[in-house]
Formats: sequence, C-alpha cells, structure tokens
Amino acid sequence: MDDKLIIAGHEFNSRFILGSGKFDLDLINAAVEHAGAEIITLALRRVNSFNGNILEHIPKGVTLLPNTSGARNAEEAVRIARLAREAGCGEFIKIEVIHDSKYLLPDNYETAKACEMLAKEGFIPMPYMYPDLYAARDMVNAGAAAVMPLAAPIGSNQGLSTKQFIRILIEEIDLPIIVDAGIGRPSQACEAMEMGASAIMANTAIATAGNIVDMAKAFRHAIIAGRTAYLAGTGRVLDKADASSPLTGFIME
Amino acid sequence: MPEQRTDHMTYLPDMEILEDSDIGEQVVARMKAYDYNKYTAADVKRALEAEYPSTEDFAALLSPAAEPFLEQMAAKATVETRKHFGNSVCLFTPLYISNYCENYCIYCGFNCHNKIRRAKLDYDGIRREMEAIAKTGMEEILILTGESRKMSDVEYIGEACRIAHEYFKNVGIEVYPMNTDEYAYVHKCGADYVTVFQETYNSDKYETLHLAGHKRIFPYRLNAQERAIRGGMRGVAFAALLGLDDFRKDAYAVGTHAYLLQRKYPHAEISFSCPRLRPIINNDKINPKDVHERQLLQVMCAYRIFMPFAGLTISTRERAGFRDNVIGMCATKISAGVSTGIGSHTEEESKGDNQFEISDDRTLDEVCAAIRNRGLQPVLNDYVYISG
Repeated sequence: MDDKLIIAGHEFNSRFILGSGKFDLDLINAAVEHAGAEIITLALRRVNSFNGNILEHIPKGVTLLPNTSGARNAEEAVRIARLAREAGCGEFIKIEVIHDSKYLLPDNYETAKACEMLAKEGFIPMPYMYPDLYAARDMVNAGAAAVMPLAAPIGSNQGLSTKQFIRILIEEIDLPIIVDAGIGRPSQACEAMEMGASAIMANTAIATAGNIVDMAKAFRHAIIAGRTAYLAGTGRVLDKADASSPLTGFIME
Repeated sequence: MPEQRTDHMTYLPDMEILEDSDIGEQVVARMKAYDYNKYTAADVKRALEAEYPSTEDFAALLSPAAEPFLEQMAAKATVETRKHFGNSVCLFTPLYISNYCENYCIYCGFNCHNKIRRAKLDYDGIRREMEAIAKTGMEEILILTGESRKMSDVEYIGEACRIAHEYFKNVGIEVYPMNTDEYAYVHKCGADYVTVFQETYNSDKYETLHLAGHKRIFPYRLNAQERAIRGGMRGVAFAALLGLDDFRKDAYAVGTHAYLLQRKYPHAEISFSCPRLRPIINNDKINPKDVHERQLLQVMCAYRIFMPFAGLTISTRERAGFRDNVIGMCATKISAGVSTGIGSHTEEESKGDNQFEISDDRTLDEVCAAIRNRGLQPVLNDYVYISG
C-alpha cells in the first residue's frame, strides 16, 4: 500500500514520531526498531550532552526533528532553531514556545510568529500548538509544514481530551495534522488515527511503560490499525438499533 | 547586645524595595494563619485524590494528619514525578568560590564569628576548579559564596559566571540576595537560575538567628526570587532550613511562596530544596518539631504533589541511601562530586573550611551508576542559555 506521510515534500513510511525527551539514548535504538519510527524529536537543549554527540546515536534513515523547548517567545524559538541548524540537525524544526511552567501549554500567538520567522529563514516549521482553528490557519499561512495539536497537557497521559477540536483541524487544514502530547495508550493513538490524524507523536507513554520495547510495538500496531481503518472508511456505527424491516411498514394508507 | 542590633524588618539604604509587590507579606500572612492541627485524615485523602491540588490540599499534606499516609503520598508523588519528568534525573555540582561572610547566623559554619579558615578563589583559581569539575563530565554548576558583598562583590560573581559559562551548559548561583539590576547583570554573564534559602519564614525567629549583616534584613531576602525573575532569570529555587523553626509552617510558606510567584510569573521555572537541621539523636525529650527522615520525606512529597511540575533538589547533607530512594519519587535533581571547601577540587588540601559536613561524597560516575541502577536516566543538561 502506497500510503506515505508527506511533510514538505519529504516522504515517510511510518506515522509514528518518537519523542526522545524522556529516553535514555540506549533505548532510542530499540524504540526506533520496534516502533518503526522514522522521525525522532529531540530537544536542542539535550543535543551534545555528555556521552558525546547525540546525533551519532540516531539510527541511519531516521529524520531528526529538533524542537525549540526552552523558548519562551518567538525570538527565543528562532535562536534555538538556528543553534539546532548549526549543530547539524537539518531544516526540520518543531516549534515549541511555552511560558507557563505549570501546564506547559503552548502559546499559539508566539508560535505562529515563530513559524513565520523560521519559514523565512528556510526552516521547515512544525508548530506544536493548542488545537485552535484560527491559530492553525495562521500557522499554515505563516509557512508551517504540518500542524501538531496537543491531545492533552504534555506528559499527562490523559488521551484525546481535545478530540473534537482536533477533528475540526483535520477537516479544515490541508496540511498533515500530527497529534502531539497527552497520548497515553495505544488505543488513544488508534482513535486519533482512525479519525484522520496523519501521525502520532508520543514519548511519555512509551518512556514510562513497564516494557519499553513492547509498548513501542503496541504503538506501532495501533497506529497502523487506526490508519488502515481511516483509509478503509469506517462502517456505519449507529447509536440505536437498525431495524431490518421498516418501522413504518404497518402503515396501510 | 540586642539594643545595638539593626531592625531586621527595615531595608538598608542600598536595598531595592519592590513597592508594587505584596507577595512576601502574603506568604507570611498565610503561614501565620496556617493551623496544621485542624486537618483530618479525610482532608488528606481528598488532597491525595485532587487532580490539581489547592493550597488547602497542600496544607493537609503537610499536617500531622498526613503522617500515617506517607506511603500513599510517596506513591502519588512517584506517579506525578513520572508524568512530569519521565525517568530523568538531573545532575549538578555546587562550587564554593568564597567562604567570607559578613553575617552572623548562629547555626552556620561560615558565620563571621566562627574562626574558620577563610578563602576566596581568584579568577585563575575559579577557572582551575571549573576545568577540573568539567573534566568529570559535569555540565551544570551552582556557584556559591558566603554572603559578603565586600569580599565577593557582584562583579566578582559575574566574572565567575562568565568563566562558568565557558565550561558548563547551565550556570546557577546561590549567593547573597541582590537587587534586580544586579540579577540582570549576573544573568547577562551567563547565570539563569537563582537559589535563595529563606531559612525560616517566621520573622521573629529569623531575627533571633541572624544577628548581624545584610542577611538580617528579613523582607529583602524574602523578595529575592521576585527580583531575580524581574532581572531576567529563568528559574528560582526556594527553601527553608527545616528544623530552625516549626518545619510544617516553614514548608507551607516555601510552597506558598513558590505558588504565588508562579501565578504572578507563569513562565518562571520553580524548584525546591529541602535542607534540614538534623535532630540530635538520643535526646531524651523528643521534640515533635524535629525533622527526621520521615518528616523530611513528607515535606518533599507534599511539594511534589502540590507543584508536580516543579524541580526538587535533594541535598548532599542527606545520606546516599535516602538520596537514591527519593530520586524518581519526588526529587528531580541530585548533586554529585561535591566538596563544600574552597579550592578542594584541585588542591590536595582546601584553602578554606567547609560550610557543612556532607553525607554523600560519591563522584559523578558513581551517582550516575546509582541512578541507572534504579531504572532512571541521568541527565547532565536539559537547558539552553539564550542571551539577551
């Protein structure tokens, strides 16, 4: 089946994006292998730490998606993106602009601004955002290559709390919608894919699992299942009984 | 003689007053109103169930009524730590660059009446120490001084931060409280995190413990974190020296202080430290306000549950066995390769005496191994300095 995820002209077979924030480097390889991830996000602030260069630990064929975590406004996001490019992380950049240390919710306004500034500098911006239709449109107009709405507060493992709003983005935005943050279980990843999300990003759900490799596999299968169901076109699921003969058949005249 | 002592509530002429902030007053007022004996087991259970714990829940978790629930608090804290920090544990080392102090804090080894060997590293000495520490693989450093503006002025601390910035990715300071413009200066030099221990939030008690020096001025210290945030610092750390006064009230004040500042400055990164005065063992009168490990853990878990997103540093004063068990449960940061003397990372014999005896002298590699043994991940840096 030729069903590729296409971001800014780059093709990916996998629709699973692995967050690395809570991973030991040693585990990344295993997770990539078993979850089939082709894109790994990476906080620039974690690049180059200790055990040599993290870039050397990224398996071949995997695209690095550095993020701007630590940025509190658009200008800081741009500076971090430039540092990421200098560090050899490529043109993809996941924009994260957060200035609330409690909920870590993204600031859509600053994120849209960062999108515009980074697109002008030749980056491929992928904004992490709160699923708001107007903000998503602004980001698209500013040059985003995909839109990454949160499912629930980051790290919360609460699942698809924002489902109805993500659904609207899927309907209205022509770019890939990648559900990011808050996905706690494979079933939730499946649900998001089934309604038409283009990809899933997860980190905590796998990093904190009892068995990381098995949970990575479970996510892989769940995402494929959801995607397949979406492409198949889900059958009718009615709220009430569907009578096999007309309910009004008794009417004589 | 007491009558010659300065009024501990009156700012000295060079001290900046935050006219537009009442956070310090609010913290003290709330602490005074905190009656931990009124909380019941039901309050504690409710607090443990809360999705977003309130200050009332925090109050319950610090109360004696919560003591029988320590196991449940530890379980809840572990879940919260996992959710917010995954399996990461950050590492840092403190570096003492000067132990001159002009304060007279009766409980402290550095106080100006103690006849200890005083020393101050010059810039070359600082560089040598930092180079030696950086060679161990450490990426985060906390620069400490005794509190003497004369012997370690803002420029000296700023220069130390500049040097640190060459060797480390993350630079914090734990020095005397400064004015906003001074924090801004030190921030420009490369520091982004400020730790100030209030010691105790009970101003009457504070006055009896801090007999002289700048540190005697209670409200100036109390507002240090707010000035630091206004000066552009990314994060601020809070602590009371538990056991100086009623530890439950002080811990309540610490949490409330952090809570109010985070609400006012939502971008600020918040963290807690938990130093304590050890109870004297075999004391025939057991003091209910003593902070044994059990009480210390209660406070740490209460901080974690109340502010699950906040950092929590476990002190080197605690034994390795305690430290290793609280990482992943409530603590998110642990020191390694610690020496509290002056020049002790490069000299065989340190030039200046220690502030306190440490209880965990393991190297960075040893602490990293202990972290990994618990299925956790040592993180040497999770930060990027963005100047300007």
